[in-house]
Amino acid sequence: MSNIAKAFKSGKAFIPFITVGDPDVETTKKAVLAMVENGADLIELGIPFSDPTAEGPVIQGANIRALAGGITTDKVFDFVRDIRKETDVPMVFMTYANVVFSYGAERFISTCKEIGIDGLILPDLPYEEKDEFQPLCRQYGVDLISLIAPTSKQRIAKIAKDAEGFLYIVSSLGVTGTRSQITTDLSAIVKVVRENTDIPCAIGFGISTPEQAKKMAGLCDGAIVGSAIIKLLEQHDTDAPKYIGEYVKSMKDAVRSCI
Amino acid sequence: MNESKGRFGIHGGQYIPETLMNAVAELEEAYNHYKNDEEFNRELKELFNNYAGRPSRLYYAKRMTEDLGGAKIYLKREDLNHTRAHKINNVLGQALLAKKMGKTRLIAETGAGQHGVATATAATLFGMECVVFMGEEDTIRQALNVYRMKLLGAEVIPVKTGTATLKDAVSEAMREWTSRISDTHYCLGSVMGPHPFPTIVRDFQAVISKEIKEQMLEKEGRLPDAVLACVGGGSNAIGAFYHFIDDESVRLIGCEAAGRGIDTFETAATMNVGSLGIFHGMKSYFCQDEYGQIAPVYSISAGLDYPGIGPEHAYLHDIGRAEYVPVTDEEAVCAFEYLSKTEGIIPAIESAHAVAHAMKLAPTMDKDQIIVINISGRGDKDVAAIARYRGEDLHE
Repeated sequence: MSNIAKAFKSGKAFIPFITVGDPDVETTKKAVLAMVENGADLIELGIPFSDPTAEGPVIQGANIRALAGGITTDKVFDFVRDIRKETDVPMVFMTYANVVFSYGAERFISTCKEIGIDGLILPDLPYEEKDEFQPLCRQYGVDLISLIAPTSKQRIAKIAKDAEGFLYIVSSLGVTGTRSQITTDLSAIVKVVRENTDIPCAIGFGISTPEQAKKMAGLCDGAIVGSAIIKLLEQHDTDAPKYIGEYVKSMKDAVRSCI
Repeated sequence: MNESKGRFGIHGGQYIPETLMNAVAELEEAYNHYKNDEEFNRELKELFNNYAGRPSRLYYAKRMTEDLGGAKIYLKREDLNHTRAHKINNVLGQALLAKKMGKTRLIAETGAGQHGVATATAATLFGMECVVFMGEEDTIRQALNVYRMKLLGAEVIPVKTGTATLKDAVSEAMREWTSRISDTHYCLGSVMGPHPFPTIVRDFQAVISKEIKEQMLEKEGRLPDAVLACVGGGSNAIGAFYHFIDDESVRLIGCEAAGRGIDTFETAATMNVGSLGIFHGMKSYFCQDEYGQIAPVYSISAGLDYPGIGPEHAYLHDIGRAEYVPVTDEEAVCAFEYLSKTEGIIPAIESAHAVAHAMKLAPTMDKDQIIVINISGRGDKDVAAIARYRGEDLHE
């Protein structure tokens, strides 16, 4: 069983996201440990990119702050090496294709394996371009996570068939960020996914409240939350880990209560 | 095996969010249908000829030729098109296509404002809604064009993120497209972004080289020895090059914005200082650091101030078919003034980059050789900025 599969084996998963180095790596470390303590099942670590085209203003802000603080891909790797001494929670990187490509795909992906990163989410790498990194990901045993969007329609089946790790279902049109309502017919999407794969799927984009998390996780195997956590960092800066811990607990409790 | 589409050698592809994949597939399908559709081509030709004012003139620059004392210089006058630049060629094509696809809203990015003005114009002509994303920095540098777009009924959204220039406007337009697809066509302004945009934009701009070839054969009975064009994303350049790619005797020279020089960080000369990367939907060359963070590029020209270049140019560079040379702000400004004074033609500061290289190249060539410079746009929009560069404030 891959490490990612473990995240889903004891009920619905709660998957928080955080940008590494926002505002500094010490704060990220405390925040990640607070997430783990409070029940996070899988953690998405964002490697900042200068021009994150899939992100709304909140996560764009985190990218800018982290880069301004001097974070680099090498420093993110060091951060993971350090935090892996304290937790074996499944962790994946979320970044953009150019960050992997420019580092040297093999050098990047082999380092993921070495430091204990279980998967890779690249929002600008659709199904048709997976060959850019998929063979290396398979070679080193790092799951390349596929995404499905509300517009995927006839593409859902083929994406699901080839998916590895877990499937990331994008809840709504547009970029990341909190939404008061999610109107996509997600159960119809999940149904097609289930017909084509046994791997777990989680819904992300727009989820911020425990009620939303409960509803979304109820439709699939887990809920992913990013912008709401970044907002806590915006608000509380280096004091944010405490609030992030409390928030993750409330979200995990909500997700756990789904049947 | 997965199928990656729209490759030019190793470049191109479709590196975009899943949310947009069916939108680009739908666009490709529509384009493949309409590009061979007689009615579509008749309508487009009608628009080109009677609305945009095509064919644009190929003008023999006698005074410039005599002054430089080398190759014969011809100017392809894209600056005479409606909306004052080559941008209208692509926009009329894409707007007509969008209309046929049932779209009712156009969105676009713009740098200097020329593509934004052209899109706003086409939207008005076709009765469509229009939203233009423009870096806040550029809305200041090109205030006149912002007002023109508003006058044409478009909404102009200043983009404040990143360097607040063209790349940020592209990012924001892409974000907008992912949030509203069903009624909206993203009218991309250059030969860049995900497939099929580099091909569609090239095909609509290729009218430039088709005309140059016909006009040159008529005037001189032979092909030119060199074709020069400025390159940011590269749409006017690919348009001017395209029908000469198979004519190996014709040198194809793209003139990049070197800003304060390619030995400084204040440059946008992608081919000269960039490296291979993946950004804005394509694999190509980009100005970036060792970790793949996109560089904050600089040029006096808002239209060339972009950290990447279209994938077909990257390919023409790789196979050695086209050359890409850097031209500094200072050289471009001198060329801007030179063409104004020798020929009475005020070129866009973007096009002045190509004029500047022609001023270096022509004297090294024989008198029976021929250079064509693509004057991609006119310079009215730049007058205030050039005055400022020369220390004069026009109190605009």
